[in-house]
Amino acid sequence: MSALAVRKLTKVYRNGHEALKGVDLTVEEGDFFALLGPNGAGKSTLIGIVASLVNKTGGKVRVFGHDLDREPESMKAYLGLVPQEFNFNLFLPVIEVVLNQAGYYGIPRREAGVRAEYYLRQLDLWERRGSQMRMLSGGLKRRLMIARALVHRPRLLILDEPTAGVDIEIRRSMWTFLRELNAGGTTIILTTHYLEEAESLCRNIAIINDGRIAEHVDMGVLLGRLETETLVLDLKARPAQLPRLDGFVLTRLDDRTLEVEVTKDSSINRLFEALSRNGIQVVSLRNKQNRLEQLFLALVENNKGGRDISP
Amino acid sequence: MNHYRHYWVAFSTLLVKEIVRFSRIWVQTVLPSAISTILYFVIFGRLIGERIGPMGGFSYVDFIVPGLVLMGVITNAYSNVASSFYSSKFSRYVEELLIAPVPNWVILAGFVAGGVARGLAVGIVVTLVALGFTRIEIHSYGITMLVFVLTAVLFALGGFINAIYANSFDDISIVPTFVLTPLTYLGGVFYSIDLLPTLWQDLSLANPVLYMVNAFRFGLLGVSDIQVGVAFALILGFIVVLTFYSLHLLRRGIGIKT
Ligand SMILES: Nc1ncnc2c1ncn2[C@@H]1O[C@H](COP(=O)(O)OP(=O)(O)O)[C@@H](O)[C@H]1O
Ligand SMILES: [Mg+2]
Repeated sequence: MSALAVRKLTKVYRNGHEALKGVDLTVEEGDFFALLGPNGAGKSTLIGIVASLVNKTGGKVRVFGHDLDREPESMKAYLGLVPQEFNFNLFLPVIEVVLNQAGYYGIPRREAGVRAEYYLRQLDLWERRGSQMRMLSGGLKRRLMIARALVHRPRLLILDEPTAGVDIEIRRSMWTFLRELNAGGTTIILTTHYLEEAESLCRNIAIINDGRIAEHVDMGVLLGRLETETLVLDLKARPAQLPRLDGFVLTRLDDRTLEVEVTKDSSINRLFEALSRNGIQVVSLRNKQNRLEQLFLALVENNKGGRDISP
Repeated sequence: MNHYRHYWVAFSTLLVKEIVRFSRIWVQTVLPSAISTILYFVIFGRLIGERIGPMGGFSYVDFIVPGLVLMGVITNAYSNVASSFYSSKFSRYVEELLIAPVPNWVILAGFVAGGVARGLAVGIVVTLVALGFTRIEIHSYGITMLVFVLTAVLFALGGFINAIYANSFDDISIVPTFVLTPLTYLGGVFYSIDLLPTLWQDLSLANPVLYMVNAFRFGLLGVSDIQVGVAFALILGFIVVLTFYSLHLLRRGIGIKT
């Protein structure tokens, strides 16, 4: 069964702005799914409609088979949301935010207390349980939104830019947490600006642009479609001269750094053999550019030109 | 799955949250009514009241007790819901409710019950203050409690609708200042409408607060300028209309969903 099925979803805001122009999207149970798109593409609008925070104009939404219009309550029980913007009562202590949310889901107080402790500990917030919300940093607030969204144990968790403005250390611990959650069976959909995040976490991806789904594929397939990849090599010593290698374009960045363009069907082994034959020793190697970013820009550019980019 | 147990948990969560909220800020919520009531009793009850003499067959200080209690109930039930619900809109934590499987009527009931609870808290405090100035033998506990609760429900609903339409914190103080206060002052809190010229008597009868104050006075003292049955019908009628209107606004998501 699909965790999320969205059909012909449209949204026209009161000011006449058409934010969604007929979105179709299916996310299978157990998936870790990325929804990417530039600012203003309609990601938050789409999520808002699924979470009953925004009224849709047309179309259908189902979560685990439960229809948004016909069985809103059963549907809501399956869904947890970490919204893009903080939406807290800043004068409440941390723990009460989680307990109240549990109460709204009908979880009795005692059970709510057990779960609140569990998730607050998981997200390293238990020590801060008595602090008022307004005393928390942005990163802690983000994590609290995750704890709050999980207290009713949703089978589908949607996170709208969960790591925006969060420092790298906390971001990585959030990734680990989300990976474990997904491994435990929770379907996860996230939107993010950090494409690296989508690439390292997600198995499937949809790209939304200007209120339409521009692309909806497996992450590996998408990355595989890239023609070339640029590697940056740090060298042990300055090479006397740059060798000419078939199938590779080498450029010198500075004394001890080389840039190599590798086509999709060429072998990296061959590159290294050729380099060692020429007495060039490589100390380390990295990707020059986030590959997904490259692809994403290309897609959005193509879309502007109105070209069809579906496979 | 037992829905009603879930609803009950959600409802009591909302109610407890509201009680905790206004208790935490009691200096802003309960104390002002207590202080103004003390002033009314000292000035009108003692200093001026002794010159006024009896009204409606009671000493003046006794006569104004019901109106003062109800005035506290009305303003507090109203502003509790108005400010609490408006804040939840303003800081967007109303989304915690919208996303959860809580039917609209449970949300409404939770906020209204919170308003009634604050009305009750203030009513009790004001009554205790009044007991420092006079002794009242309650005519009918049943009618007193009923008017008390129904009036609180009615104005809590009013506060809810106000909060739904409000776009700023100013918008939730306009109605209390320009509508509620005049209606209560002119609603026979301080006088029996028998004292007024006929025209003003007739105009007063168009003021719904008059019916509530008099029904409440009937419960406490056993005297009223109007028929108590009419008062109940009126209050209930308003409650029904405002309840359906609030539910309609919630269903449409007015002011809370884009
Ligand atoms: N309440 C609103 N009223 C009018 N337009 C809106 C509203 N919210 C969002 N929009 C517009 O709808 C489009 C999509 O916004 P959004 O869904 O927030 O995009 P994203 O989350 O992908 O950045 C944007 O052009 C935005 O300006
Ligand atoms: Mg957004």
